[in-house]
Order: sequence, then structure tokens, then C-alpha cells
Amino acid sequence: MPLLRINSLTHYFGGLRAVYDYHLDLGEGELRGLIGPNGAGKTTIFNLICGLYRPTEGEIALDGKSLIGLQPHKITSQGIGRTFQNLRLFNDLTVLDNVKIAQYSRIRYGLTDAFLRTRRYWEVEEEIEERAYRLMEILGIERYADQLARNLPYGDQRRLEMARALAIEPKLLLLDEPTAGMNPAEMVEMMDLIQRVKEEFKLTILLIEHRMKVVMGICERIQAIDFGEVIAEGTPEEIRSNRRVIEAYLGEEVEA
Amino acid sequence: MKKYYLPLGLIGLFIVLTGASWLGFFSDYIQTVLMYIGINAILTVSLNLVNGYMGEFSVGHAGFMAVGAYIATILTTRVIPHFVLGTPLVPSGFVYTFDVAAWAKGPAVHLVFPVVLLMGGFGAALAGLLVAVPSFKIRGDYLAIITLAVNYIVKSAFENTEALGGSRGLPGIPKLTSVPWVFVWTIISLWAIRNFIYSTYGKGVMAIREDEIAAEFMTVDTRRAKILAFCISSFFAGIGGGLLAHLLLYINPATFSITKSTEVLVMVYLGGMSSVSGSLLGAIAYTGLSEALRPLRLWKWVVISLILILLMLFRREGIMGFKEFRFLAPKAPKREVEYAPASD
Repeated sequence: MPLLRINSLTHYFGGLRAVYDYHLDLGEGELRGLIGPNGAGKTTIFNLICGLYRPTEGEIALDGKSLIGLQPHKITSQGIGRTFQNLRLFNDLTVLDNVKIAQYSRIRYGLTDAFLRTRRYWEVEEEIEERAYRLMEILGIERYADQLARNLPYGDQRRLEMARALAIEPKLLLLDEPTAGMNPAEMVEMMDLIQRVKEEFKLTILLIEHRMKVVMGICERIQAIDFGEVIAEGTPEEIRSNRRVIEAYLGEEVEA
Repeated sequence: MKKYYLPLGLIGLFIVLTGASWLGFFSDYIQTVLMYIGINAILTVSLNLVNGYMGEFSVGHAGFMAVGAYIATILTTRVIPHFVLGTPLVPSGFVYTFDVAAWAKGPAVHLVFPVVLLMGGFGAALAGLLVAVPSFKIRGDYLAIITLAVNYIVKSAFENTEALGGSRGLPGIPKLTSVPWVFVWTIISLWAIRNFIYSTYGKGVMAIREDEIAAEFMTVDTRRAKILAFCISSFFAGIGGGLLAHLLLYINPATFSITKSTEVLVMVYLGGMSSVSGSLLGAIAYTGLSEALRPLRLWKWVVISLILILLMLFRREGIMGFKEFRFLAPKAPKREVEYAPASD
């Protein structure tokens, strides 16, 4: 059984068809790339998986359990972490707090414990803090723990988003253009990081990317979409030479 | 050893304030001002939870105060027999000086008063749902309008209920609010809200302020967090209302008009957003200022408003916005983290 199964997913924004008959079978441990030109509906698919919108039609299941109609926090706490194309950090909170907040679903104490600062409270809070530090260390942002997220350099903000997503302890990681706005050197670093993190946390990753170099470099299989529809699926080589993908990116050939 | 400094300091302060009040070192006027400071601190810190930490703009705090005040007052004036309270009914307008004899006569008061206040608090917390539930869908300016509406709804409901005195209100409230009681409740409020806000629950509330959708994606149950924030906030507004009622000895719906809400807002912004220390300082500064400027009579409001304008122009974060006294701040991370300036 695949970890994530999406069947005949269709979504309309008013009269606009954003996603049409989309399907995906994502096996455990896979790193799948999702490519397509601007406005093809890639981020919408992420948002549908995470429950921001309720799909007009279709089925999404994680581990065989349907996710349709659940509130986003219920979906993500089942083990889906994500990052955003345009960073969405909690800017005026510290780096440490950013990573702690993603463990909200793991608060195993009641309100009274919080008010009275019971033993149980300290135990759980310590656990949360330790996990946060471990993740910050892995991503090399530990030295910023007490800094506000907004004051971090751009590349480290991307790392923080990754740390925050990992704090959910996800089975499935959704990365939305993780190398957007990075220079080539940073890009290579990020690609390394994605692979390292995948190994270390035994993740399944669905990756949206614009830069062919990134997807071609690290993804085993790639799915290409345009106007919300799957137009091609296969290995990087197959995608590279696929006529419909080239057309979607470069436009159709016109006969002279 | 260090961890005992704060409790010892508080006990010391409690003894000094209580002793000075009982032995008459503090005049009635000083005592009243002290009680106002405490009550205002409770109101300010509870409103700060919503307006500062959660980033919503509530302008109807007085509505929740009213619920707490009315529940507590009904209980002490109509439900609980007078002999339990040990104080005779006091005609409205009569300034009741602190009476040690009366205090000693009714030890039951010590048990009854907190219970009465708690009931008022719980009632107010329930009323908090009136704002919490709409807040699931509505944010910002529109939610502010809803808080305003709730303030008016509560006020009008009391105005139109003859059984609760209508617009004439409820006179003859026994004087149960005293310096020691206000002190205890002020500490409880500051401490409870501080503990809540620095727990991971509280961080969820701050995440809503920063980015609600991202918070939801990061597994924060934003609906629950909103209910918690609004209900805790209105709970303490209710406690503050109950204390105020038993200090004023007479309440009517006009006591809890939008003007009262505004006053609390001013203290929040004066003291500073998202700060427990700021809430306390804001309450002290505002109450002190408004007493100090009393000789100016109505001109006082011109001066206070002017100060507020200057504050917004030159120090928008208030006295202590987003900052905290060392003794109130959460425990620093256990590990020593080397500070590294952001390299770019």
C-alpha cells in the first residue's frame, strides 16, 4: 500500500479549474518530484493534501486513511510536514519557539499542568525543547536559538522552515520549491540537505521544484503537470525528452 | 536559593501592604488607589492575552467584566445570607472604611468571597465563547466589531432586565474587596497568564498572531487555542469585574460601557503589547497618572489623551512591549548557546 494515495482529485476555485483528475501513488521512502510551469496547480495540490481547501472531488489517503474533510492540524499531526514557497515563519518569535510550536500536537499535559507548572509539565516541555535543539543542531541553526526568525539570513530561514517541518516528526514531507531564491552554491547545499534528512528520518518526500537541475538531480521519479492535469510521469530522462513537457515549458512548435 | 526570592518577596510585600492597611498607615484613599492598581492590572494582563499575544483587537473587555461583576454581586447581595458575610447592607454611596471588627466577625467571608469571584469568572469565561466562536472565521477589524457588539449586547441585556435592577443597577453591595484580596488576585492573574503564555499552549496562541494558516499546518489546533485565549481572558475580566463591584459597592450597566473597555485598552498600549510586566506597569502608570492629574478635573482627559498620542508617535511599543522583567521571563535555555551574529 502506498503511503500517500491520491485519486481523481479535482478542485475548482469558483469557475476556475485548478486541479483536474490528479492522481498520485507515493510509496514509502520515495522522493518524487512535481514539476510544471507557473500556475500549473502544484501548490494547490499541496494545499489540498494539507486540508486548506476541501477538494471539489477526489480522494486523498495517508496510510490508507482518508484525509478528506479533516482540519489541517488534524491532517498534519498524522505525520505530514511541509515548507512553503514564500517562507511562512513565525517571524517575531525566536527560532527555538518556531520549532517548538510545530510540536503542538505532542503537548501531553493539561491546562492545569500549564498553570501550576507540575512535574508533568516540565517533563513534556523538556522533551519538546530537547527535540527542538536536536533538530536545530542537525540543520546547523542552533546558534540562532534565541534570535527572532526574521533576523536570520535567507538560507538559514529556509533551514529553519525545514527544522520546523521535521519537528512534526513527519512520515511525509512536502517541500514547496526549497531552493527558491538561492544561489547555485546554496542550492547544492540544500539538495545535499534534503537527501541527508531523507535518510536520517526515513522520510517520503514530495518535492515541488522549478529548477530542472534540482529535480533531475535528486528525484527518482518525476510527475509533470500543466493546467492542473498530469501530462507526463517517469524517470528524469523520460521527462526531459517528453514532448508535452517541453511544450508546456517552452510553448508549442509552430509550423512554418 | 535564588528560586525562593520571588515568593519571599511577594509574601513580604503582601505583609507590608496588608499590615499598613490594617494598622491605618495607609489612608482609605491610598488603599483605594492600591486596589484600583491591582484590579486594573488584572484587566490589562487579561486583555493583553487577546490583543497582544494573539494579535486580535478586542474592544469589548468591559462586557466580560460586567458578567463577572453581576454574577458575583447577585450572589453576595441576594443569594448568600447576610449574616454569613458579617457586614450589614451598606447604602449606596456610603464610603465604608476598612473595619477590622467586621472582618473578624465573619471569617466565612474568607471562604465565600473567592468562591463568588470564581463563579463570576466562570460565567464571564462562558460569555467569552460569544467572541471565540465567531473568531474561527472572522479576524482583524471585523472581529473587533464583534467584540464591540458583544460589549453592547451584555450592557443592554442588563439594562433591560428589571430583575437585575435595569439601568438603575444594583446597590448595596457589601464591601468585600480589600487590599490583601486584590493583591492575591493580582498575583494569581499575572502568574496564571504568564505560565499559560510561556507554555507551548501559549506559543500556539502567539503563532496565530504571526501566521494563522502556517500555525494550522504546524499542527496547532487554532480553534482550541482561540477558545483558550478568549475564555482565559474573559475569565480574569470577570474576576476583575467582581472585585471592582465589591469595591464600588454599586454597579449599573453604565459602569461597563465601551468607555471602560477603552480605558483597559489604553493601559495595554501604555504598558506594552505582549508583556506581562508591561501590563502591570501600564496599570500602575495609568492609575497613578489619572490620580495625579485629578486636580486638573476634566482637563485630565485632555492631558492623558495627549500623552497617549505622544506615546504612539515616539514609543509605539509602550513602556515594555515584547519585553519582560527578568523574574517574569521564562527560564533561559539550559544549554549555553554561543551568540553568533547573522552573517550574510
